[in-house]
Amino acid sequence: MKLMPCPLNGPRSITEFVYGGTVPETADPASEDDAAWADHIFGPHTPPGIVREWWCHVASGYWFIAERNTVTDEILRTIPPPRAKPVQGTGS
Amino acid sequence: MPLTLLKYGLRCSYPSRPFLPDEREAKSTYDVVVIGGGGHGLAIAYYLAQDHGIRDVAVIERGYLGGGNTARNTAIIRANYLTPEGVAFYRESMELWRDLSNVLDINLMYSERGHLTLAHTDAAIRTMRWRAEVNKHLGVESEFVGLDDLATLCPELNLSRSVRFPILAALYHPTGATARHDAVAWGYARAAANRGVHILQETEVTGIVREGGRVIAVETNRGRIGCGRAVQAVAGTSVQVGAMAGLRLPIQPYPLQACVSVPVKPVLDPIVVSGSLHVYIWQSQRGELVMGGATDPYPLHGTRATLDFKESLTMHILELFPFLAEARLMRQWAGVTDMTADFAPIMGLTPLANYFVDAGWGTWGFKATPVAGKRMAECIATGRQPDILKPFHLERFRDFRLLGEKGAASVGH
Ligand SMILES: Cc1cc2nc3c(=O)[nH]c(=O)nc-3n(C[C@H](O)[C@H](O)[C@H](O)COP(=O)(O)OP(=O)(O)OC[C@H]3O[C@@H](n4cnc5c(N)ncnc54)[C@H](O)[C@@H]3O)c2cc1C
Repeated sequence: MKLMPCPLNGPRSITEFVYGGTVPETADPASEDDAAWADHIFGPHTPPGIVREWWCHVASGYWFIAERNTVTDEILRTIPPPRAKPVQGTGS
Repeated sequence: MPLTLLKYGLRCSYPSRPFLPDEREAKSTYDVVVIGGGGHGLAIAYYLAQDHGIRDVAVIERGYLGGGNTARNTAIIRANYLTPEGVAFYRESMELWRDLSNVLDINLMYSERGHLTLAHTDAAIRTMRWRAEVNKHLGVESEFVGLDDLATLCPELNLSRSVRFPILAALYHPTGATARHDAVAWGYARAAANRGVHILQETEVTGIVREGGRVIAVETNRGRIGCGRAVQAVAGTSVQVGAMAGLRLPIQPYPLQACVSVPVKPVLDPIVVSGSLHVYIWQSQRGELVMGGATDPYPLHGTRATLDFKESLTMHILELFPFLAEARLMRQWAGVTDMTADFAPIMGLTPLANYFVDAGWGTWGFKATPVAGKRMAECIATGRQPDILKPFHLERFRDFRLLGEKGAASVGH
């Protein structure tokens, strides 16, 4: 059984998690041209080597980031999700 | 043929003949360099020589012939796809398959045993009715069938209602077939070599040399090999080889696993697929039950096999065929599949004038070996994208004109 070291729940079977894609560089559809935006959407996103990916522990609904080697399948470390910046409400 | 057999029978000695002509010295340059000696690369080389008289061709293979996904696939051949573009394309492949053993003079054990895709939900029934209509409209035999027909077509199937996911109906594709995958690679290799194509095994392409928007040579562990044109057909390493030519191919690598049981007496005639349960099964001529499912849940550049795969596969297979509980597994393996977002391949021209791509074959490319070889050869010979390949052009991603084949390709390869 392959284990995922979840930052919230500790080591759990990887079958309890879903993969959510590589952590993307932020891109802006308004300023990018079609080719750059298509590249952003369709990739390639998974080069051989160490990548940062979103993962979710399904049972607890907890999203976090994992650093994984995409050749050996070794999970190097997991990181709690970065805190989002507070957004000012519009007050309506 | 029978006369040849008679003459052969009357001979007094039977010296063994090598299957392939001896490998020749690599030349310093070729008109066409084909990167990748799987079924696709070998078929491209064969049709270049056979249909277009282009014989100054080298197929460059880093390992041994057909040792990639051609050797790992579960050999299902069908044309009952969902999109009109896909159906028309795979139908042409089926037409080529029917005659291929004769054309290549090798027994491909091509066998049209029928293909059933089970529906366990209303949503699946809807997709199957839709597929049946698209298929029939384009001349592919395909029928939506209820439980009575299903009981006749596959009496071994557990049609009980007291299971977790009862079977409600199925899509029946009478011409669905299987073939001996290794023989496909060997057959194309021999036919190509007999027409003058050089096949260079244990030769890895490590770089692609460009000059002013054109490819002029490939770097290999045997040194530089010049080329007038080049095409890549490397499946699991499509992104890396594309990158050598400066291309960014919209592909992610996902392992696809499969396994076979020990050989048993003939028990199962058709190919049976369940998209909802993520499994498929058929019985080979050797008696082995060939089983597989969808790709792994996350990407990897590797071919390790996992216990998770076997657990979920056998759990569902046993619901469909409880009598298999006694069967033992014999072998398990994986291949790296080159997956696109729309479950359709990428074929044809690239932004480089003399560089062509045959990629994104994911989990469904074995059945396309003949047609992809034939049409890619046409594309390379003429420098134009044949009509039938137009929907599969690399630019569809930039133009956001995706094909949407997932509903017919994610489990039933
Ligand atoms: C488990 C499994 C089950 C499948 N089941 C089915 C099925 O039932 N039906 C179906 O239609 N399809 C199926 N497929 C998909 C099918 O196997 C592939 O799409 C198809 O075989 C691709 O053929 P190919 O010739 O392009 O690739 P391959 O056979 O992989 O050939 C590519 C070759 O390129 C070589 N290569 C790679 N990089 C380099 C380099 N840098 N230099 C030189 N050579 C290189 C590799 O060694 C390899 O031999 C399955 C795949 C898997 C893994």
